[in-house]
Amino acid sequence: MTRTSIDYLWIVTFAILVTFAVPWFLWGDSRVFAGLPLWLWWHIGWMVLAAVVFHLFTRRAWDRGIVEGGR
Amino acid sequence: MVSALGIQLGVVGAYLLVALAVGLLAYRLTSRDAEDYYLAGRSIGTVVLLFTTFATLLSAFTFFGGPDLAYRAGPEWILVMGVMDGVLFALLWYVVGYKQWLVGKAHGYVTLGEMLGDRFGSKRLRALVAGISLFWLFPYVMLQQMGAGEAIVGLTNGIVPYWAGAAGITVFMIAYVVIAGLRGVAWTDTLQGLFMLGVVWLAVGWVATAAGGPSALSNALATNKPEFLALGGGLYSPQFIISTAITIAFGVAMFPQINQRFFVAKSGAVLKRSFALWPVLVVLLFVPAFILGTWAAGLGISVPEGANVLPVLLNEYTPVWFAALVVAGAMAAMMSSSDSMLLSGSSYFTRDLYRPFVDASLSDAREAWIARIGVALFATLTFVASLFRPGTLIEVGDTAFGGFAQMALPVIIALYWARTTRSGMFAGIVGGQLFYLAHVFVPAFEIAGITVLGGTYLTWDFALWGMVLSALLTLGVSSLTAAAPEENQSRFSEGLRAD
Repeated sequence: MTRTSIDYLWIVTFAILVTFAVPWFLWGDSRVFAGLPLWLWWHIGWMVLAAVVFHLFTRRAWDRGIVEGGR
Repeated sequence: MVSALGIQLGVVGAYLLVALAVGLLAYRLTSRDAEDYYLAGRSIGTVVLLFTTFATLLSAFTFFGGPDLAYRAGPEWILVMGVMDGVLFALLWYVVGYKQWLVGKAHGYVTLGEMLGDRFGSKRLRALVAGISLFWLFPYVMLQQMGAGEAIVGLTNGIVPYWAGAAGITVFMIAYVVIAGLRGVAWTDTLQGLFMLGVVWLAVGWVATAAGGPSALSNALATNKPEFLALGGGLYSPQFIISTAITIAFGVAMFPQINQRFFVAKSGAVLKRSFALWPVLVVLLFVPAFILGTWAAGLGISVPEGANVLPVLLNEYTPVWFAALVVAGAMAAMMSSSDSMLLSGSSYFTRDLYRPFVDASLSDAREAWIARIGVALFATLTFVASLFRPGTLIEVGDTAFGGFAQMALPVIIALYWARTTRSGMFAGIVGGQLFYLAHVFVPAFEIAGITVLGGTYLTWDFALWGMVLSALLTLGVSSLTAAAPEENQSRFSEGLRAD
């Protein structure tokens, strides 16, 4: 893949991370699992996923878009 | 009751004194590093950077305002703060923070105003940025005093009045800055952050056990507040969630005490580690804090007028000393966050306003004194303003974040678009602020059936429209005007080197 297409891939990834930190598809849902609303469990899991993706970004793509010739 | 009051005041007083002593000790033990920090030599390591930034999460806005809102409107506030702080702010940490760190390292900047003033060759722009920052810092410091006052009312069931709590934290705030110097702050932030994180989880465990477990608590919620379990509804519309998360996230990146941290990291590795850990830390703090507020609603806890829900709930389900300890810990953490705000605020004042405009030959010793006097004066004024209770904790905080957010897009455009001009910056920053200020201070009215200066346009928050306006003005005016001869267009793009 070219540099630019990898850039776009990261931008799309981040956009997805932001968008689904709120589980919009569970709007109005009041199911409860283990004492907490289901939508809250989704959010907790999503934040852990965000941390993992951010970690990958720091390892493989840090400097991208900021320093010329960055990874 | 008298003995309970004695325990409460004893625990709160003792904790604050210990916190003060630790700050003083930390300052003495680490005076060389702290000296660097005061001079903002880029020497802050991962743990301290992460936790001093984290400590700003331990403000009255999140720690008392958040549970209050969850108690009144439901736990969706966890999502707002999660999106805003865990994901959006983390991304800004890279887009604004890392870029600013590189630029600052290359040219030796210490404040946002200094960086922009140098790039656009304008002392006025520098002063404008510092002035706006101090203006919006005012309500946020005031918020800490309001939070402390309300927490004491909740803890003592109104026996100790609101003003006494607010006054108490003001005195400690000033004492901390004057005795411990402006310096031991970052260090104690770390200790307080760890302490609060531990204590809030203990509180969740304690309340859950005393009330029969999480399932019993969610059943109580299903019976008493069934609408709280369903996602959305009431206050929480998609528009509210999105606009609040966006304006707060961009606002946070422009906060003096946060933005200045972008300049002081020791290395890029420090910023990287903090970036990846951020979403997890956010969840660890916000989920337990806000779930406590939600549970209180299900348990039918009634909160006295002008009090926080958290101390009331803890008093009901945990021993008196533990409730007092949580409140004391939160107050101490708020005090230390306020001190980092005041510290950054004072450096904006001395470096960007006093030195360039009043006395360029100011000595370091005199500067330190002016900073201290400024801090004491600022904290006293915010205390007086806090007595008027201009809104709830969330409202006051949200107004301050929105004000800072109006600066964010012009700054980001300037950082990444070399063709941004000085006129474009002035147009974007002044335009956004005027739009926002008009909506905050001028009452709404109607023209031809359309509400002007109201809370929303087309159901979206005015703060979000202000941000759009500030970006359009910066882009539009920049493309119509030429760069002034004093501008350094390549300042933010050339000579940047990663580690």
